[in-house]
Amino acid sequence: MSAAAVPSQVGVSQARVVRSEWTKLWSLRSTRWSLLVSVVGMAGLGILVSAVQMAHWNQMDPHDRATFNPVDVSLGGWHLAQLAIGVLGVLLISGEYSTGQIRSTFAAVPHRLPVLWAKAGVYATLTFVLMLVASFVAFLVSQPILRSHHVQTTLSSPHVLRAVFGAALFLTVTGLMGVSLGALVRNTAGGIAAFAGLMFVLPGITAILPNSWGDSIDPYLPLSAGTDILGTHPDPTALSAWTGFLLFLAYALAALAVSAVLLVRRDA
Amino acid sequence: MIEVRDLSKRYGDKLAVDHLTFTVRPGMVTGFLGPNGAGKSTTMRLILGLDRPTNGSATVNGKPYRDHRAPLREVGAILEARAIHTGRSAYLHLLALGQTHGMPRSRVDEVIELVGLQDVARKRVGTFSLGMSQRLGIAAALLGDPKTLILDEPSNGLDPEGIRWIRNLLRSLADEGRTILVSSHLMSEMSMMADWLIVVGRGRLIADTTVEDFVHLAAGDAVRVRTPDIARLRLLAGALEGVTLKEDMTGDSSALTLQGISCEAVGELAAANRIVLHELAPEQASLEEAFMRLTMDSVEYHAAPTTNEASVGAAR
Repeated sequence: MSAAAVPSQVGVSQARVVRSEWTKLWSLRSTRWSLLVSVVGMAGLGILVSAVQMAHWNQMDPHDRATFNPVDVSLGGWHLAQLAIGVLGVLLISGEYSTGQIRSTFAAVPHRLPVLWAKAGVYATLTFVLMLVASFVAFLVSQPILRSHHVQTTLSSPHVLRAVFGAALFLTVTGLMGVSLGALVRNTAGGIAAFAGLMFVLPGITAILPNSWGDSIDPYLPLSAGTDILGTHPDPTALSAWTGFLLFLAYALAALAVSAVLLVRRDA
Repeated sequence: MIEVRDLSKRYGDKLAVDHLTFTVRPGMVTGFLGPNGAGKSTTMRLILGLDRPTNGSATVNGKPYRDHRAPLREVGAILEARAIHTGRSAYLHLLALGQTHGMPRSRVDEVIELVGLQDVARKRVGTFSLGMSQRLGIAAALLGDPKTLILDEPSNGLDPEGIRWIRNLLRSLADEGRTILVSSHLMSEMSMMADWLIVVGRGRLIADTTVEDFVHLAAGDAVRVRTPDIARLRLLAGALEGVTLKEDMTGDSSALTLQGISCEAVGELAAANRIVLHELAPEQASLEEAFMRLTMDSVEYHAAPTTNEASVGAAR
Protein backbone atom coordinates (compact mmCIF):
# COMPACT_ATOMS: atom_id res chain seq x y z
CA MET A 1 0.00 0.00 0.00
CA SER A 2 1.50 3.32 -0.99
CA ALA A 3 1.77 5.88 1.75
CA ALA A 4 2.28 8.62 -0.80
CA ALA A 5 -1.40 8.54 -1.70
CA VAL A 6 -2.38 10.09 1.61
CA PRO A 7 -1.03 13.63 1.85
CA SER A 8 0.68 14.39 5.15
CA GLN A 9 -1.43 17.49 5.77
CA VAL A 10 -4.62 15.48 6.25
CA GLY A 11 -6.47 16.13 9.49
CA VAL A 12 -9.88 16.94 10.88
CA SER A 13 -11.18 20.50 10.70
CA GLN A 14 -14.67 21.96 11.08
CA ALA A 15 -14.74 22.99 7.42
CA ARG A 16 -13.82 19.46 6.31
CA VAL A 17 -16.49 17.94 8.52
CA VAL A 18 -19.01 20.33 6.95
CA ARG A 19 -17.98 19.09 3.53
CA SER A 20 -18.33 15.48 4.65
CA GLU A 21 -21.79 16.11 6.09
CA TRP A 22 -22.82 17.81 2.86
CA THR A 23 -21.82 14.67 0.94
CA LYS A 24 -23.67 12.50 3.43
CA LEU A 25 -26.80 14.65 3.21
CA TRP A 26 -27.32 14.51 -0.53
CA SER A 27 -26.07 10.97 -0.99
CA LEU A 28 -29.13 9.39 0.63
CA ARG A 29 -32.26 8.71 -1.35
CA SER A 30 -34.50 9.31 1.67
CA THR A 31 -33.04 12.80 2.06
CA ARG A 32 -33.65 13.71 -1.54
CA TRP A 33 -37.25 12.50 -1.36
CA SER A 34 -37.99 14.32 1.90
CA LEU A 35 -36.55 17.54 0.54
CA LEU A 36 -38.51 17.14 -2.67
CA VAL A 37 -41.73 16.65 -0.68
CA SER A 38 -41.02 19.75 1.39
CA VAL A 39 -40.24 21.91 -1.66
CA VAL A 40 -43.24 20.69 -3.66
CA GLY A 41 -45.44 20.98 -0.58
CA MET A 42 -44.29 24.47 0.32
CA ALA A 43 -44.50 25.78 -3.22
CA GLY A 44 -47.42 23.76 -4.53
CA LEU A 45 -50.00 23.51 -1.75
CA GLY A 46 -50.66 27.28 -1.59
CA ILE A 47 -50.97 27.50 -5.36
CA LEU A 48 -53.36 24.55 -5.45
CA VAL A 49 -55.52 25.89 -2.61
CA SER A 50 -55.55 29.35 -4.21
CA ALA A 51 -56.88 27.84 -7.42
CA VAL A 52 -59.51 25.80 -5.56
CA GLN A 53 -60.66 28.81 -3.54
CA MET A 54 -61.01 30.95 -6.65
CA ALA A 55 -63.01 28.26 -8.41
CA HIS A 56 -65.46 28.15 -5.46
CA TRP A 57 -65.42 31.85 -4.68
CA ASN A 58 -69.02 32.42 -5.74
CA GLN A 59 -70.30 29.63 -3.48
CA MET A 60 -68.30 30.76 -0.44
CA ASP A 61 -70.16 32.37 2.45
CA PRO A 62 -69.72 36.12 2.86
CA HIS A 63 -67.85 35.79 6.12
CA ASP A 64 -65.20 33.58 4.53
CA ARG A 65 -64.84 36.00 1.68
CA ALA A 66 -64.48 38.92 4.05
CA THR A 67 -61.76 37.24 6.09
CA PHE A 68 -59.92 35.73 3.12
CA ASN A 69 -56.19 36.16 3.66
CA PRO A 70 -54.14 35.90 0.45
CA VAL A 71 -50.89 35.49 2.41
CA ASP A 72 -52.10 32.67 4.65
CA VAL A 73 -53.55 30.80 1.70
CA SER A 74 -50.60 31.17 -0.66
CA LEU A 75 -48.04 30.27 2.03
CA GLY A 76 -50.17 27.46 3.47
CA GLY A 77 -47.68 24.86 2.21
CA TRP A 78 -45.68 25.20 5.44
CA HIS A 79 -48.16 22.84 7.07
CA LEU A 80 -46.92 20.04 4.86
CA ALA A 81 -43.28 21.17 4.68
CA GLN A 82 -42.85 21.36 8.47
CA LEU A 83 -43.53 17.66 8.84
CA ALA A 84 -41.16 16.59 6.05
CA ILE A 85 -38.41 18.91 7.29
CA GLY A 86 -38.79 18.05 10.96
CA VAL A 87 -38.81 14.32 10.33
CA LEU A 88 -35.79 14.56 8.01
CA GLY A 89 -33.97 16.54 10.68
CA VAL A 90 -34.54 13.72 13.17
CA LEU A 91 -33.49 11.11 10.61
CA LEU A 92 -30.21 12.83 9.80
CA ILE A 93 -28.96 11.75 13.21
CA SER A 94 -31.18 8.84 14.24
CA GLY A 95 -30.45 7.17 10.89
CA GLU A 96 -26.75 7.10 11.81
CA TYR A 97 -27.52 5.45 15.13
CA SER A 98 -29.88 2.85 13.71
CA THR A 99 -27.42 1.73 11.03
CA GLY A 100 -24.28 1.94 13.18
CA GLN A 101 -22.85 4.60 10.87
CA ILE A 102 -22.41 6.82 13.93
CA ARG A 103 -19.44 4.70 15.02
CA SER A 104 -17.67 5.29 11.70
CA THR A 105 -18.53 8.97 11.96
CA PHE A 106 -17.24 9.36 15.50
CA ALA A 107 -14.16 7.25 14.81
CA ALA A 108 -13.27 9.78 12.11
CA VAL A 109 -14.20 12.79 14.25
CA PRO A 110 -13.68 11.66 17.84
CA HIS A 111 -14.43 15.10 19.28
CA ARG A 112 -17.97 14.61 17.97
CA LEU A 113 -19.20 18.19 18.35
CA PRO A 114 -17.93 19.25 14.89
CA VAL A 115 -20.28 16.58 13.50
CA LEU A 116 -23.30 18.03 15.31
CA TRP A 117 -22.47 21.60 14.26
CA ALA A 118 -21.88 20.49 10.68
CA LYS A 119 -25.12 18.54 10.47
CA ALA A 120 -27.15 21.36 12.00
CA GLY A 121 -25.41 24.01 9.90
CA VAL A 122 -25.57 22.20 6.58
CA TYR A 123 -29.18 21.21 7.06
CA ALA A 124 -30.28 24.66 8.26
CA THR A 125 -28.56 26.36 5.33
CA LEU A 126 -30.01 23.97 2.77
CA THR A 127 -33.50 24.17 4.27
CA PHE A 128 -33.40 27.95 4.36
CA VAL A 129 -32.36 28.27 0.73
CA LEU A 130 -34.87 25.71 -0.55
CA MET A 131 -37.75 27.01 1.54
CA LEU A 132 -37.06 30.62 0.69
CA VAL A 133 -37.26 29.80 -3.00
CA ALA A 134 -40.36 27.64 -2.46
CA SER A 135 -42.03 30.33 -0.36
CA PHE A 136 -41.45 33.01 -3.01
CA VAL A 137 -42.69 30.69 -5.74
CA ALA A 138 -45.80 29.90 -3.71
CA PHE A 139 -46.53 33.56 -3.12
CA LEU A 140 -45.67 34.89 -6.57
CA VAL A 141 -47.54 32.19 -8.48
CA SER A 142 -50.60 32.36 -6.24
CA GLN A 143 -51.21 36.10 -6.50
CA PRO A 144 -52.10 36.16 -10.23
CA ILE A 145 -54.54 33.30 -9.54
CA LEU A 146 -56.13 35.28 -6.70
CA ARG A 147 -56.46 38.28 -8.99
CA SER A 148 -59.46 36.61 -10.66
CA HIS A 149 -61.55 37.78 -7.68
CA HIS A 150 -59.36 40.73 -6.77
CA VAL A 151 -58.24 39.33 -3.44
CA GLN A 152 -54.52 39.30 -4.27
CA THR A 153 -51.85 41.22 -2.38
CA THR A 154 -48.29 42.36 -3.07
CA LEU A 155 -44.90 41.97 -1.41
CA SER A 156 -44.96 45.65 -0.57
CA SER A 157 -48.15 45.38 1.51
CA PRO A 158 -47.62 45.54 5.28
CA HIS A 159 -45.78 42.50 6.73
CA VAL A 160 -46.11 40.44 3.55
CA LEU A 161 -42.40 40.28 2.78
CA ARG A 162 -41.77 39.38 6.42
CA ALA A 163 -44.27 36.53 6.14
CA VAL A 164 -42.71 35.17 2.93
CA PHE A 165 -39.23 35.22 4.52
CA GLY A 166 -40.78 34.11 7.77
CA ALA A 167 -42.06 30.87 6.26
CA ALA A 168 -38.49 29.95 5.32
CA LEU A 169 -37.16 31.00 8.73
CA PHE A 170 -39.83 29.05 10.59
CA LEU A 171 -39.16 25.92 8.54
CA THR A 172 -35.39 26.26 8.99
CA VAL A 173 -35.73 26.38 12.76
CA THR A 174 -38.20 23.48 12.57
CA GLY A 175 -35.46 21.49 10.85
CA LEU A 176 -33.00 22.51 13.55
CA MET A 177 -35.48 21.33 16.16
CA GLY A 178 -35.66 17.98 14.37
CA VAL A 179 -31.85 17.63 14.32
CA SER A 180 -31.63 18.49 18.02
CA LEU A 181 -34.33 16.01 18.99
CA GLY A 182 -32.71 13.34 16.81
CA ALA A 183 -29.41 13.87 18.63
CA LEU A 184 -31.16 13.87 21.98
CA VAL A 185 -33.28 10.76 21.53
CA ARG A 186 -30.97 8.91 19.07
CA ASN A 187 -33.69 6.72 17.65
CA THR A 188 -36.02 7.38 14.77
CA ALA A 189 -39.38 6.47 16.27
CA GLY A 190 -38.62 8.25 19.53
CA GLY A 191 -37.23 11.31 17.80
CA ILE A 192 -40.22 11.70 15.52
CA ALA A 193 -42.56 11.15 18.47
CA ALA A 194 -40.75 13.86 20.44
CA PHE A 195 -40.94 16.22 17.48
CA ALA A 196 -44.64 15.60 16.86
CA GLY A 197 -45.37 15.79 20.58
CA LEU A 198 -43.71 19.18 21.01
CA MET A 199 -45.08 20.71 17.86
CA PHE A 200 -48.50 19.18 17.36
CA VAL A 201 -49.63 17.46 20.56
CA LEU A 202 -48.94 20.20 23.11
CA PRO A 203 -51.50 22.57 21.55
CA GLY A 204 -54.11 19.82 21.80
CA ILE A 205 -53.36 19.39 25.49
CA THR A 206 -53.60 23.08 26.32
CA ALA A 207 -56.94 23.10 24.52
CA ILE A 208 -58.46 20.85 27.17
CA LEU A 209 -57.05 22.86 30.08
CA PRO A 210 -59.19 25.55 31.70
CA ASN A 211 -59.42 28.43 29.25
CA SER A 212 -57.46 30.89 31.35
CA TRP A 213 -54.55 28.48 31.60
CA GLY A 214 -54.64 27.55 27.95
CA ASP A 215 -54.78 31.17 26.89
CA SER A 216 -51.74 32.08 28.93
CA ILE A 217 -49.70 29.04 27.83
CA ASP A 218 -50.65 28.87 24.16
CA PRO A 219 -48.62 31.82 22.85
CA TYR A 220 -45.45 30.28 24.24
CA LEU A 221 -45.85 26.86 22.65
CA PRO A 222 -43.24 26.14 19.95
CA LEU A 223 -45.65 26.02 17.02
CA SER A 224 -47.66 29.13 17.90
CA ALA A 225 -44.55 31.12 18.78
CA GLY A 226 -42.74 29.97 15.64
CA THR A 227 -45.59 30.80 13.26
CA ASP A 228 -46.21 34.29 14.63
CA ILE A 229 -43.80 35.51 11.99
CA LEU A 230 -46.18 34.29 9.28
CA GLY A 231 -48.96 36.62 10.43
CA THR A 232 -49.85 39.78 8.56
CA HIS A 233 -52.63 41.02 10.87
CA PRO A 234 -51.98 41.94 14.48
CA ASP A 235 -53.20 39.21 16.83
CA PRO A 236 -53.71 40.39 20.41
CA THR A 237 -53.56 36.84 21.82
CA ALA A 238 -50.16 36.08 20.23
CA LEU A 239 -46.64 37.30 20.81
CA SER A 240 -45.25 39.81 18.34
CA ALA A 241 -43.82 38.30 15.16
CA TRP A 242 -40.14 38.53 16.06
CA THR A 243 -40.58 37.81 19.76
CA GLY A 244 -42.42 34.63 18.86
CA PHE A 245 -39.86 33.60 16.30
CA LEU A 246 -36.93 34.26 18.60
CA LEU A 247 -38.60 32.24 21.34
CA PHE A 248 -39.00 29.32 18.90
CA LEU A 249 -35.35 29.71 17.90
CA ALA A 250 -34.40 29.74 21.59
CA TYR A 251 -36.26 26.44 22.12
CA ALA A 252 -34.43 24.84 19.20
CA LEU A 253 -31.03 26.13 20.32
CA ALA A 254 -31.67 24.99 23.89
CA ALA A 255 -32.47 21.49 22.61
CA LEU A 256 -29.32 21.63 20.46
CA ALA A 257 -27.22 22.68 23.47
CA VAL A 258 -28.54 19.85 25.63
CA SER A 259 -27.97 17.34 22.84
CA ALA A 260 -24.40 18.67 22.43
CA VAL A 261 -23.62 18.11 26.10
CA LEU A 262 -25.05 14.58 25.98
CA LEU A 263 -23.36 13.78 22.66
CA VAL A 264 -19.95 14.28 24.20
CA ARG A 265 -20.78 12.42 27.41
CA ARG A 266 -22.64 9.38 26.17
CA ASP A 267 -21.19 6.19 24.76
CA ALA A 268 -21.64 5.99 21.00
CA MET B 1 1.40 0.70 19.28
CA ILE B 2 -1.64 0.42 21.51
CA GLU B 3 -1.23 0.67 25.26
CA VAL B 4 -4.09 -0.32 27.52
CA ARG B 5 -3.60 0.42 31.21
CA ASP B 6 -5.88 -0.77 33.99
CA LEU B 7 -8.86 -0.31 31.70
CA SER B 8 -12.36 -0.99 33.04
CA LYS B 9 -15.83 -0.45 31.72
CA ARG B 10 -19.01 -0.96 33.66
CA TYR B 11 -22.45 -1.06 32.06
CA GLY B 12 -24.99 -0.89 34.83
CA ASP B 13 -23.98 -3.60 37.28
CA LYS B 14 -22.05 -5.59 34.70
CA LEU B 15 -18.29 -5.16 34.52
CA ALA B 16 -17.63 -5.73 30.81
CA VAL B 17 -13.93 -4.93 30.99
CA ASP B 18 -12.16 -5.62 34.25
CA HIS B 19 -8.81 -3.86 34.84
CA LEU B 20 -7.20 -4.88 31.56
CA THR B 21 -3.58 -4.04 30.94
CA PHE B 22 -1.74 -4.99 27.76
CA THR B 23 0.38 -3.58 24.97
CA VAL B 24 -0.06 -4.26 21.26
CA ARG B 25 3.26 -3.94 19.51
CA PRO B 26 4.01 -2.96 15.91
CA GLY B 27 5.32 -5.32 13.28
CA MET B 28 3.15 -8.30 14.09
CA VAL B 29 -0.41 -9.52 14.12
CA THR B 30 -1.79 -9.61 17.64
CA GLY B 31 -4.81 -11.81 18.13
CA PHE B 32 -7.43 -10.65 20.62
CA LEU B 33 -9.06 -13.85 21.66
CA GLY B 34 -11.92 -14.67 23.96
CA PRO B 35 -15.34 -16.23 24.05
CA ASN B 36 -18.36 -14.17 23.05
CA GLY B 37 -19.15 -11.63 25.74
CA ALA B 38 -15.57 -11.56 27.02
CA GLY B 39 -15.26 -7.80 26.49
CA LYS B 40 -13.27 -7.73 23.22
CA SER B 41 -15.59 -5.38 21.34
CA THR B 42 -15.98 -3.14 24.35
CA THR B 43 -12.21 -2.89 24.73
CA MET B 44 -11.90 -1.94 21.07
CA ARG B 45 -14.59 0.71 21.43
CA LEU B 46 -12.78 2.08 24.47
CA ILE B 47 -9.52 2.28 22.52
CA LEU B 48 -11.32 4.23 19.78
CA GLY B 49 -12.92 6.62 22.25
CA LEU B 50 -16.42 5.52 21.27
CA ASP B 51 -17.16 4.51 24.85
CA ARG B 52 -15.85 6.22 27.94
CA PRO B 53 -13.82 4.04 30.31
CA THR B 54 -15.01 3.69 33.90
CA ASN B 55 -11.39 3.45 34.90
CA GLY B 56 -7.94 3.40 33.34
CA SER B 57 -6.78 4.55 29.93
CA ALA B 58 -5.99 3.47 26.40
CA THR B 59 -3.53 5.22 24.13
CA VAL B 60 -2.70 4.75 20.48
CA ASN B 61 0.74 5.74 19.23
CA GLY B 62 1.36 7.59 22.46
CA LYS B 63 -1.85 9.57 22.78
CA PRO B 64 -5.49 8.97 23.59
CA TYR B 65 -7.23 8.34 20.26
CA ARG B 66 -9.31 11.49 20.41
CA ASP B 67 -6.26 13.71 20.83
CA HIS B 68 -4.90 12.86 17.39
CA ARG B 69 -5.32 15.54 14.77
CA ALA B 70 -5.84 12.98 12.01
CA PRO B 71 -7.31 9.92 13.78
CA LEU B 72 -7.89 7.97 10.55
CA ARG B 73 -4.18 8.24 9.84
CA GLU B 74 -3.36 6.70 13.20
CA VAL B 75 -5.95 3.95 13.44
CA GLY B 76 -8.14 2.18 10.94
CA ALA B 77 -10.92 0.16 12.50
CA ILE B 78 -13.58 -2.28 11.51
CA LEU B 79 -16.10 -2.84 14.25
CA GLU B 80 -18.07 -6.01 14.65
CA ALA B 81 -21.49 -4.91 13.52
CA ARG B 82 -21.66 -3.08 10.22
CA ALA B 83 -21.03 0.58 10.96
CA ILE B 84 -22.22 1.88 7.61
CA HIS B 85 -25.43 3.57 6.51
CA THR B 86 -27.09 1.11 4.17
CA GLY B 87 -28.64 3.79 1.98
CA ARG B 88 -25.39 5.23 0.69
CA SER B 89 -23.12 3.88 -2.03
CA ALA B 90 -19.76 2.46 -1.03
CA TYR B 91 -17.96 5.21 -2.93
CA LEU B 92 -19.84 8.05 -1.24
CA HIS B 93 -19.50 6.43 2.18
CA LEU B 94 -15.73 6.37 1.77
CA LEU B 95 -15.69 9.83 0.21
CA ALA B 96 -17.60 11.35 3.14
CA LEU B 97 -15.31 9.57 5.59
CA GLY B 98 -12.20 10.83 3.79
CA GLN B 99 -13.54 14.36 3.50
CA THR B 100 -13.49 14.76 7.29
CA HIS B 101 -9.71 14.60 6.94
CA GLY B 102 -9.36 16.42 3.63
CA MET B 103 -8.36 13.26 1.81
CA PRO B 104 -8.33 13.36 -1.99
CA ARG B 105 -10.83 11.42 -4.11
CA SER B 106 -7.94 9.52 -5.66
CA ARG B 107 -7.34 7.86 -2.29
CA VAL B 108 -10.94 6.64 -2.22
CA ASP B 109 -10.51 5.07 -5.67
CA GLU B 110 -7.28 3.49 -4.50
CA VAL B 111 -8.72 1.69 -1.47
CA ILE B 112 -11.76 0.57 -3.46
CA GLU B 113 -9.40 -1.07 -5.92
CA LEU B 114 -7.30 -2.50 -3.12
CA VAL B 115 -10.26 -4.44 -1.70
CA GLY B 116 -11.65 -5.30 -5.12
CA LEU B 117 -14.97 -3.45 -4.94
CA GLN B 118 -14.61 -1.47 -8.20
CA ASP B 119 -17.65 -3.05 -9.83
CA VAL B 120 -20.06 -2.34 -6.99
CA ALA B 121 -18.66 0.90 -5.59
CA ARG B 122 -21.62 2.93 -6.88
CA LYS B 123 -24.23 0.53 -5.53
CA ARG B 124 -26.05 1.08 -2.27
CA VAL B 125 -24.37 -0.67 0.64
CA GLY B 126 -27.70 -2.21 1.65
CA THR B 127 -27.50 -4.49 -1.39
CA PHE B 128 -24.07 -5.84 -0.38
CA SER B 129 -23.43 -9.37 0.79
CA LEU B 130 -21.76 -9.78 4.16
CA GLY B 131 -18.45 -10.47 2.44
CA MET B 132 -18.70 -7.30 0.35
CA SER B 133 -19.59 -5.32 3.47
CA GLN B 134 -16.51 -6.66 5.22
CA ARG B 135 -14.35 -5.62 2.27
CA LEU B 136 -15.89 -2.16 2.42
CA GLY B 137 -15.13 -2.06 6.13
CA ILE B 138 -11.53 -2.89 5.37
CA ALA B 139 -11.40 -0.22 2.67
CA ALA B 140 -12.65 2.31 5.23
CA ALA B 141 -10.08 1.13 7.75
CA LEU B 142 -7.24 1.51 5.22
CA LEU B 143 -8.42 4.90 3.93
CA GLY B 144 -6.03 6.94 6.05
CA ASP B 145 -3.09 4.57 5.50
CA PRO B 146 -3.04 4.08 9.28
CA LYS B 147 -0.13 2.95 11.42
CA THR B 148 -2.46 0.85 13.51
CA LEU B 149 -5.37 -1.38 12.55
CA ILE B 150 -8.10 -2.62 14.87
CA LEU B 151 -10.34 -5.30 13.43
CA ASP B 152 -13.25 -6.85 15.28
CA GLU B 153 -14.03 -10.32 13.90
CA PRO B 154 -12.98 -9.37 10.35
CA SER B 155 -13.46 -12.79 8.85
CA ASN B 156 -17.09 -13.06 9.95
CA GLY B 157 -19.15 -13.84 6.89
CA LEU B 158 -16.17 -14.21 4.56
CA ASP B 159 -15.77 -17.29 2.39
CA PRO B 160 -12.52 -19.28 2.66
CA GLU B 161 -10.99 -17.33 -0.20
CA GLY B 162 -11.89 -14.07 1.57
CA ILE B 163 -10.43 -15.30 4.83
CA ARG B 164 -7.17 -16.20 3.10
CA TRP B 165 -7.15 -12.78 1.46
CA ILE B 166 -7.59 -10.97 4.77
CA ARG B 167 -4.97 -13.13 6.45
CA ASN B 168 -2.44 -12.29 3.75
CA LEU B 169 -3.36 -8.63 3.83
CA LEU B 170 -2.90 -8.42 7.60
CA ARG B 171 0.38 -10.29 7.32
CA SER B 172 1.75 -7.87 4.72
CA LEU B 173 0.55 -4.85 6.71
CA ALA B 174 2.27 -6.21 9.81
CA ASP B 175 5.44 -6.81 7.80
CA GLU B 176 5.38 -3.12 6.85
CA GLY B 177 5.76 -2.40 10.56
CA ARG B 178 2.15 -1.61 11.38
CA THR B 179 0.38 -2.53 14.58
CA ILE B 180 -2.47 -4.98 14.04
CA LEU B 181 -5.02 -5.99 16.67
CA VAL B 182 -7.54 -8.51 15.39
CA SER B 183 -10.23 -10.08 17.52
CA SER B 184 -11.85 -13.44 17.15
CA HIS B 185 -13.65 -16.03 19.20
CA LEU B 186 -12.29 -18.74 16.89
CA MET B 187 -9.03 -20.25 18.03
CA SER B 188 -8.33 -22.03 14.78
CA GLU B 189 -8.45 -18.73 12.95
CA MET B 190 -6.10 -17.05 15.41
CA SER B 191 -3.59 -19.87 15.20
CA MET B 192 -3.25 -19.18 11.48
CA MET B 193 -3.35 -15.41 11.65
CA ALA B 194 -1.68 -14.23 14.82
CA ASP B 195 1.90 -14.03 16.08
CA TRP B 196 0.92 -12.94 19.52
CA LEU B 197 -2.16 -13.54 21.62
CA ILE B 198 -4.03 -11.47 24.14
CA VAL B 199 -6.64 -13.73 25.67
CA VAL B 200 -9.54 -12.39 27.70
CA GLY B 201 -12.46 -13.94 29.51
CA ARG B 202 -15.19 -12.08 31.41
CA GLY B 203 -13.34 -8.84 30.84
CA ARG B 204 -10.17 -10.08 32.49
CA LEU B 205 -6.78 -10.80 30.98
CA ILE B 206 -6.08 -14.52 30.83
CA ALA B 207 -2.91 -14.59 28.78
CA ASP B 208 -0.60 -12.20 26.94
CA THR B 209 1.92 -14.35 25.14
CA THR B 210 2.98 -15.99 21.88
CA VAL B 211 0.71 -18.54 20.27
CA GLU B 212 3.11 -21.41 21.14
CA ASP B 213 3.55 -20.33 24.74
CA PHE B 214 -0.18 -20.03 25.13
CA VAL B 215 -0.60 -23.65 24.17
CA HIS B 216 2.16 -24.71 26.59
CA LEU B 217 0.75 -22.55 29.33
CA ALA B 218 -2.72 -23.86 28.97
CA ALA B 219 -2.24 -27.50 28.26
CA GLY B 220 1.33 -28.31 29.05
CA ASP B 221 2.87 -30.83 26.70
CA ALA B 222 1.96 -34.43 26.97
CA VAL B 223 3.96 -37.49 25.93
CA ARG B 224 2.46 -40.56 24.35
CA VAL B 225 4.30 -43.77 25.02
CA ARG B 226 3.63 -47.35 23.92
CA THR B 227 5.38 -50.33 25.39
CA PRO B 228 4.72 -54.06 25.91
CA ASP B 229 5.74 -53.55 29.54
CA ILE B 230 3.05 -50.98 30.30
CA ALA B 231 2.37 -52.05 33.86
CA ARG B 232 5.97 -51.47 34.98
CA LEU B 233 6.21 -48.10 33.25
CA ARG B 234 2.93 -47.06 34.83
CA LEU B 235 4.31 -47.89 38.26
CA LEU B 236 7.64 -46.08 37.69
CA ALA B 237 6.22 -42.96 36.10
CA GLY B 238 3.37 -42.75 38.57
CA ALA B 239 5.87 -42.58 41.42
CA LEU B 240 7.48 -39.42 39.98
CA GLU B 241 6.34 -36.14 41.43
CA GLY B 242 4.26 -33.88 39.18
CA VAL B 243 3.57 -36.50 36.57
CA THR B 244 0.02 -37.48 35.76
CA LEU B 245 -1.00 -40.56 33.86
CA LYS B 246 -3.87 -40.82 31.47
CA GLU B 247 -5.25 -43.77 29.63
CA ASP B 248 -4.57 -43.58 25.94
CA MET B 249 -7.29 -41.85 24.00
CA THR B 250 -7.43 -44.51 21.33
CA GLY B 251 -8.11 -47.16 23.93
CA ASP B 252 -4.84 -48.93 23.21
CA SER B 253 -4.11 -50.81 26.44
CA SER B 254 -0.37 -50.87 25.69
CA ALA B 255 -0.18 -47.07 25.51
CA LEU B 256 -0.21 -44.23 28.02
CA THR B 257 -0.28 -40.48 27.92
CA LEU B 258 1.99 -38.80 30.45
CA GLN B 259 1.68 -35.18 31.45
CA GLY B 260 4.23 -33.08 33.29
CA ILE B 261 7.25 -34.88 31.87
CA SER B 262 9.34 -34.42 28.74
CA CYS B 263 9.98 -37.01 26.01
CA GLU B 264 13.64 -37.10 27.00
CA ALA B 265 12.83 -37.90 30.61
CA VAL B 266 10.47 -40.68 29.62
CA GLY B 267 13.12 -42.17 27.31
CA GLU B 268 15.76 -42.03 30.04
CA LEU B 269 13.41 -43.52 32.58
CA ALA B 270 12.66 -46.42 30.25
CA ALA B 271 16.34 -46.99 29.39
CA ALA B 272 17.42 -46.96 33.04
CA ASN B 273 14.83 -49.62 33.78
CA ARG B 274 15.43 -51.59 30.57
CA ILE B 275 11.88 -51.13 29.34
CA VAL B 276 11.41 -51.56 25.61
CA LEU B 277 9.54 -48.69 23.96
CA HIS B 278 7.56 -49.13 20.74
CA GLU B 279 6.54 -45.53 20.53
CA LEU B 280 7.55 -42.26 22.18
CA ALA B 281 5.99 -39.08 20.84
CA PRO B 282 5.27 -35.55 22.03
CA GLU B 283 1.61 -34.61 21.94
CA GLN B 284 0.94 -30.95 21.57
CA ALA B 285 -2.42 -29.69 22.68
CA SER B 286 -4.13 -27.65 20.03
CA LEU B 287 -4.71 -23.96 20.50
CA GLU B 288 -8.36 -24.82 20.64
CA GLU B 289 -7.92 -27.14 23.61
CA ALA B 290 -5.71 -24.63 25.36
CA PHE B 291 -8.27 -21.94 24.88
CA MET B 292 -11.10 -24.10 26.13
CA ARG B 293 -9.19 -25.07 29.21
CA LEU B 294 -8.23 -21.52 30.13
CA THR B 295 -11.51 -19.84 29.38
CA MET B 296 -13.86 -22.51 30.62
CA ASP B 297 -14.45 -20.66 33.87
CA SER B 298 -14.76 -17.35 32.17
CA VAL B 299 -17.33 -18.20 29.54
CA GLU B 300 -20.22 -16.03 30.36
CA TYR B 301 -23.00 -18.02 28.86
CA HIS B 302 -22.42 -21.72 29.27
CA ALA B 303 -24.31 -23.95 26.93
CA ALA B 304 -25.78 -27.02 28.51
CA PRO B 305 -23.24 -29.83 28.11
CA THR B 306 -24.30 -31.84 25.12
CA THR B 307 -21.97 -34.79 25.37
CA ASN B 308 -19.68 -34.96 28.35
CA GLU B 309 -18.09 -31.64 27.65
CA ALA B 310 -19.43 -28.10 27.70
CA SER B 311 -18.93 -26.52 24.33
CA VAL B 312 -17.44 -23.08 24.33
CA GLY B 313 -18.21 -22.41 20.71
CA ALA B 314 -21.89 -23.07 21.19
CA ALA B 315 -22.25 -20.47 23.90
CA ARG B 316 -24.73 -17.84 22.74
